[in-house]
Amino acid sequence: MPTWEAAVLEISHIDTFYGPIQALKDVSLTVNEGEIVSLLGGNACGKSTTMKAILGLVKPRNGHITFNGRRIDHRPPSVVVKAGISPVLEARRLFPYLTVLENLRMGAYTRRDKNGIRQDIERMYDLFPIVKDRRCQVASTLSGGEQQMVAMARALMARPKLLIMDEPSMGLSPLFVEKVFDIIEQVNQKEGVAILLVEQNANMALSIASRGYVLQTGEIVLKDTARNLLNNPLMQKAYLGVA
Amino acid sequence: MFEQLINGLTQGSVYALLALGFTLIFGTLRMVTFAHGEIYMIGAYVGFEMIRLFAPSFVLAIMAALVITAILGVVVEILAFHFLRDAPHVTSLLVTIGISILLINLTQLIWGPETKSIPYALLDKLDYGEFEVWGVYITYLQIAVLTVTVLLMAFLYLLINRTKLGMVIRATAQDYEAAYAMGVNVNVVFSTAFAIGSMLGGVAGVLIGVYYNLFYPTMGQLYGLKAFSASVVGGLMSLPGSVVAGLLIGVVETFAVELGASSMRHMVSFLFMILILLIRPGGLFGGRELIQARGD
Ligand SMILES: Nc1ncnc2c1ncn2[C@@H]1O[C@H](COP(=O)(O)OP(=O)(O)OP(=O)(O)O)[C@@H](O)[C@H]1O
Ligand SMILES: [Mg+2]
Repeated sequence: MPTWEAAVLEISHIDTFYGPIQALKDVSLTVNEGEIVSLLGGNACGKSTTMKAILGLVKPRNGHITFNGRRIDHRPPSVVVKAGISPVLEARRLFPYLTVLENLRMGAYTRRDKNGIRQDIERMYDLFPIVKDRRCQVASTLSGGEQQMVAMARALMARPKLLIMDEPSMGLSPLFVEKVFDIIEQVNQKEGVAILLVEQNANMALSIASRGYVLQTGEIVLKDTARNLLNNPLMQKAYLGVA
Repeated sequence: MFEQLINGLTQGSVYALLALGFTLIFGTLRMVTFAHGEIYMIGAYVGFEMIRLFAPSFVLAIMAALVITAILGVVVEILAFHFLRDAPHVTSLLVTIGISILLINLTQLIWGPETKSIPYALLDKLDYGEFEVWGVYITYLQIAVLTVTVLLMAFLYLLINRTKLGMVIRATAQDYEAAYAMGVNVNVVFSTAFAIGSMLGGVAGVLIGVYYNLFYPTMGQLYGLKAFSASVVGGLMSLPGSVVAGLLIGVVETFAVELGASSMRHMVSFLFMILILLIRPGGLFGGRELIQARGD
């Protein structure tokens, strides 16, 4: 197991509630520098809630979350994003009537370095040719796969140290799923961005991750290296579709 | 005939300004405010006091109204919406109605319930004269009203479509949760939208107040309703729609007066709006979201 010094993100023993309903129970999770970690689980098990807790959209009742050693629980997203965490939201959530370019600019909202932003837009054009082709088009007119590319580019515009992605493969054709995972790997390797990848597509997610956690009704029931999880009979039966 | 058109456009441009403010607020918060007419009324009284006490100057009156109504707008947003973000919509709606009644009563306390006018000695200094172009008489006051409204519309257009603040307002209007997740302080954006919308309403108050030289505590009630209606007729979330609807209503009303229905002008204008909505239930620019992207 990695030592705690290398951890960029550390969630320790958090409980979160929606009214009286407990969505996360004693969840702990770490992401180390430059690492891809995947968070797996079926519907309604609390994956998105974990994302929201990191971003500051929901406040944990117990436990704490640190980023680069600083407490970020109970801080608003403006602080969390500035600190270096950027989200790819569930269902993409592009601003539907802004252009692709404006969506990218919104991703850089917390930044003030105009030249850096301009350079990063060019970088995104290189990384995602589709973003360049469609830059003047309104986001709602793009296909789901194209929107996912824009959502990733928008998140990267914040120049994050940690990217948190909520089901980036949801609703995409197999071809686009491949593309999305290729780019996730590229971003991780080229730019050294650590990634917390929430997925239902466990096979794909584990193929690029170094470690994984499995959530079940709000609790972490398994955590291991990606390789061990892929070979775990319980995993194979429940999540990997191996007979 | 042409004079009536100018009269109608003058009146309509002020409706448009009010509707723009209402649309900006509704488009951003997705919440209806019924205090918009009273913010207009306060703007009018502020202008009245500035002219009466300090100088017969449009610019001064408008500047003062801008400041006061911006502050008032933020106060309304905080009282009626900020503290009630998780409450049902009708709760906020009710609070805005409460605020509007409070403002009317406060005005009655301060200025009295009777109708006030700017003394003629001062009005003369505002250059109330008229001039003739090709046989059509236009007053300098009409020119002033039209100039101010056109300038404000241009300013709003540039602000919304060409600045970072405008982009953030549009983004927040379209998906405030996503904007919040990008690090936007959406509370500040909501207050800003409310302040800008209220400023437009406040200036409309100064313009109409001086135009008719009548100031009374309930002067905002019908105008608030007209702003709401013009906004709905325009497509509810369309800024261009608000302008077109406001101008149309002004022109229709003026021609109703010309045709002898002067006591029924408001009825005629509301019948006209109902007619439009029967033909186009989504409003003139409905289906097209205002809060659109810049087109280049
Ligand atoms: N805003 C909310 N109010 C009340 N309950 C909520 C809210 N959001 C989520 N929940 C509940 O919390 C639990 C966890 O939801 P969450 O969205 O985190 O699941 P998930 O793992 O992301 O599911 P999915 O795979 O469907 O996206 C669910 O039972 C859900 O119904
Ligand atoms: Mg989810």
